[in-house]
Amino acid sequence: MIRYTARRLLEAVPILLGIVTLTVLLLHLAPGDPATAYFNPNVSPEIIERMRENLGLNLPLHEQYLRWLRSFFTGDFGYSFGQHRPVAQVIADALPNTLVLSAVSLLLIFVLGCAVGALQAVRQYSALDIATTFVSLFIYSMPGFWLGLMLILLFSSPALPEVLRLPISGVTSIDYEFMAPAQRLLDRARHLVLPSFALGIASAAGVSRYMRGAMLEVLSQDYIRTARAKGLPETAVILRHALRNALIPIVSLLGLYLPLLFGGSIVIEVVFSWPGMGRALYNAILARDYPVVMACTFLFGVLVVFANLVADLLYAVVDPRIRTD
Amino acid sequence: MTSETWSRFARHRQAALGLILLAVLTLSALLAPALAPYDPDVQADIVSTRYQPPSLSHPMGTDRFGRDVFSRVLYGARISLSIGLLAVLIAITVGTAIGAVAGFFGGRLDAVLMRGVDLLLSFPRLVLLVVLVALFQPSIALVTLVLGLTGWMGVSRIVRGQVLSVREMEYVTAARVLGFGRSRILLRHILPNVLTPVIVAATLGIGNTILAEAALSFLGLGVQPPTASWGNMVASGRDAMLEAWWITTFPGLAIVFTVMAFNLVGDGLRDALDPRRVA
Amino acid sequence: MSAPLLEVRELRTHFATERGEARAVDGVSFDVGEGETVALVGESGCGKSVTGLSILRLIPDPPGRLLAGSSVRLRGEELTAATEARLRQVRGGEISMVFQEPMTSLNPVITIGRQVAEAIRTHADRTPDAGERRPSAAPRQAIEWLDRVGIPDPAQRCNAYPHQLSGGMRQRAMIAMALCTRPSLLIADEPTTALDVTVQGQILRLLASLQSELGTAILLITHDLGIVAQVADRVLVMYAGHIVEEAPVERLFRAPRHPYTEGLLQAVPDLRERRRRLAEIPGTVPQATRWPSGCRFRARCPYAWERCRLPPELRADRAATEGRYRCWLAEEPARRRGRGFASWSRQGSPTGAPESQ
Repeated sequence: MIRYTARRLLEAVPILLGIVTLTVLLLHLAPGDPATAYFNPNVSPEIIERMRENLGLNLPLHEQYLRWLRSFFTGDFGYSFGQHRPVAQVIADALPNTLVLSAVSLLLIFVLGCAVGALQAVRQYSALDIATTFVSLFIYSMPGFWLGLMLILLFSSPALPEVLRLPISGVTSIDYEFMAPAQRLLDRARHLVLPSFALGIASAAGVSRYMRGAMLEVLSQDYIRTARAKGLPETAVILRHALRNALIPIVSLLGLYLPLLFGGSIVIEVVFSWPGMGRALYNAILARDYPVVMACTFLFGVLVVFANLVADLLYAVVDPRIRTD
Repeated sequence: MTSETWSRFARHRQAALGLILLAVLTLSALLAPALAPYDPDVQADIVSTRYQPPSLSHPMGTDRFGRDVFSRVLYGARISLSIGLLAVLIAITVGTAIGAVAGFFGGRLDAVLMRGVDLLLSFPRLVLLVVLVALFQPSIALVTLVLGLTGWMGVSRIVRGQVLSVREMEYVTAARVLGFGRSRILLRHILPNVLTPVIVAATLGIGNTILAEAALSFLGLGVQPPTASWGNMVASGRDAMLEAWWITTFPGLAIVFTVMAFNLVGDGLRDALDPRRVA
Repeated sequence: MSAPLLEVRELRTHFATERGEARAVDGVSFDVGEGETVALVGESGCGKSVTGLSILRLIPDPPGRLLAGSSVRLRGEELTAATEARLRQVRGGEISMVFQEPMTSLNPVITIGRQVAEAIRTHADRTPDAGERRPSAAPRQAIEWLDRVGIPDPAQRCNAYPHQLSGGMRQRAMIAMALCTRPSLLIADEPTTALDVTVQGQILRLLASLQSELGTAILLITHDLGIVAQVADRVLVMYAGHIVEEAPVERLFRAPRHPYTEGLLQAVPDLRERRRRLAEIPGTVPQATRWPSGCRFRARCPYAWERCRLPPELRADRAATEGRYRCWLAEEPARRRGRGFASWSRQGSPTGAPESQ
């Protein structure tokens, strides 16, 4: 297990270096000088020079490279001209919101996806199976931003009773400051409902399709027959014997759906005015605030690598055949 | 495809539904000028025709400039379908080339190329798209190109895997004995074998590409108004959504049904080509 | 004589397939007495495994189903009409099963100790000593059982996952799991087929010693006549969904009556060899979706004549030999003279010959 972990950690190193390379490369892909793009031609050369310095463009390529590498460890990503504060502060404000949103979405994706997929497999070819398969295909084909807007339309509708309405923008309500701690928690949770649903539901549909297949495969295995021959009730056969085995391949989907989730967060955070990394990246792009753009891009890549690492380790936790090798 | 494959595909009810949807979509995109009741870009009397709810004369209502949403959805189909198709064509070409080279030559070249693929896959595609498009000036050509250049990694993995398995098969050895050059072996013997799985990946890929294009256009980084694309139509209806729900709803539904059609057909093809998988 | 432990009557299990209804088990009747070892023998595809699974209603439905009129009685109690709850008490409690492939038949993500303990816990009411019925006693009892089936260092090995054990050890764990509830009947479906020859012997000896200790009856499903000769009291020979011969083991090997049984025994040239495998009867087993009319062995039988176009019944023959068999030769023993597999296969083509007679 320790050797397995160490090997996975080592394998992540070249990918991290690759992400740095790609980030630097992206900056150089832009036609002209990204430092000047933001400003009109009348800006004084000193300011442009400060801009170049800020982006590290004045340095030779290999030093730019080292600079990004260093920022990964120090968290110093330069200065945001758009927001007049260090990029690190912009990130520090946005990152927690994105992490919370992603974590809740991820939970939704896997809990809902696995539950629906397992249920479909257990009731294969039933009306329930066919109906949910069709519905999940529909959901899977939905653009997140449109679903988000439709949810806003629905949950802010005056036709809906007051208790059922959900907040459609931001992380907290305006009167958050005046709330009791329990109320605050509830307020935050209510704000999370719609964005996390819009962000995760399409992936949940995708996971359910995999889970249905994995579960069907497991249910046809000999050890399921053994479990039944032991006289176990069907619920124990499904929950204790089938589900754990079916979940093993599902863990590896984490690496597949996380990039999708982070990508989707750009759109969803814009739709729901969620002050996270996705919206920070989008606003920075509109404002041509390159330091923020680069830092966000870089961090999204790092987050995915990190998540893949977690997925690999989780795989070993759920599958004793890897753990005990 | 063998006849058995065909019959499996034809018996697939979902795939049949997808094909019908796809035929309807393609026809309406092709015949948009004939089918559309109005010019998609013409702004009639803004004051009297704006924000009209769906009615017989405007089946999907009108937008804030008084343009007919139905006509714009029809014309939007042309944009979305052609961007999706072209981008996937680019992706297949690049992916097949890189995958074939990696699989056929193997060794260090293979290792480098595949690590590159891993790397690109670990970036969220939409992040890559947004950044790339923002660095340049958004245009339909750029969006298509960028979508193609960020969508080839899956195809390259498939092709590499297939090439690796086909490479060891006897007839390739035979061809080598006969003294054909490497490139000739690659073209004549291996590519036909990798074609079918790539077609499946491409069909499913078009759906994803259309979704990505819609997201870009929604963010204002894709197809620029006044050209109608489903993504920017949804965005344009966003501000008046509570009063005029139809402007956002109908283009969105068009996206859902188009993507679903490609997914249905892609799933059907995959099931037909691989009898071990049952839908 | 009291009622036998298990009475199977007119058991029919059919499967819906793409090529039509497969009549895998097509009217099978037999008894198993208390403590008796009965072997169910036949080539693959003859329906012997499906028979075993049907007894506990473990056939996946769909595509399989038990036809009306089938009867399985355990000490007189009709199992085909039993509730699901009652059936669960029987499964792994009164009747246990051991399967062929111990690697795939054990859950790969659960330790063997837990898998045995799970069986004990599920059937805690079967433990004789009241003090032992507490669920908390299950892990300790599981270790005892692993010890009893000859797994060395059971306190350690109970924490092992199936992939960490050898094939023989895995099968021992399977046996512990099946017998720890002291069942009256063990259905062992090819229990040694996947194992090395040396290990096969060990497993058979283990089964035999536990059987005499616990008084368990065994229904041994196998295609290996060598094993049958070693352990069985009575033999049922299955062909094409039917039982074609039933006899005490000694009589069956000394004087097989059904042509199919005869073929099986002659298939191996050296009769002194103890291990005999089924094979080498001319032709192939017919498809379960298209059983031939009349006698199902007709096309492969060296004795076949016109009468074989009608289906024979399972019956004792005129000479009142022990056991019963499903063949018209029982009524016309004279036709047996001068024919047989040895002379027949020398004539060449097996397929045309019986039809033209």
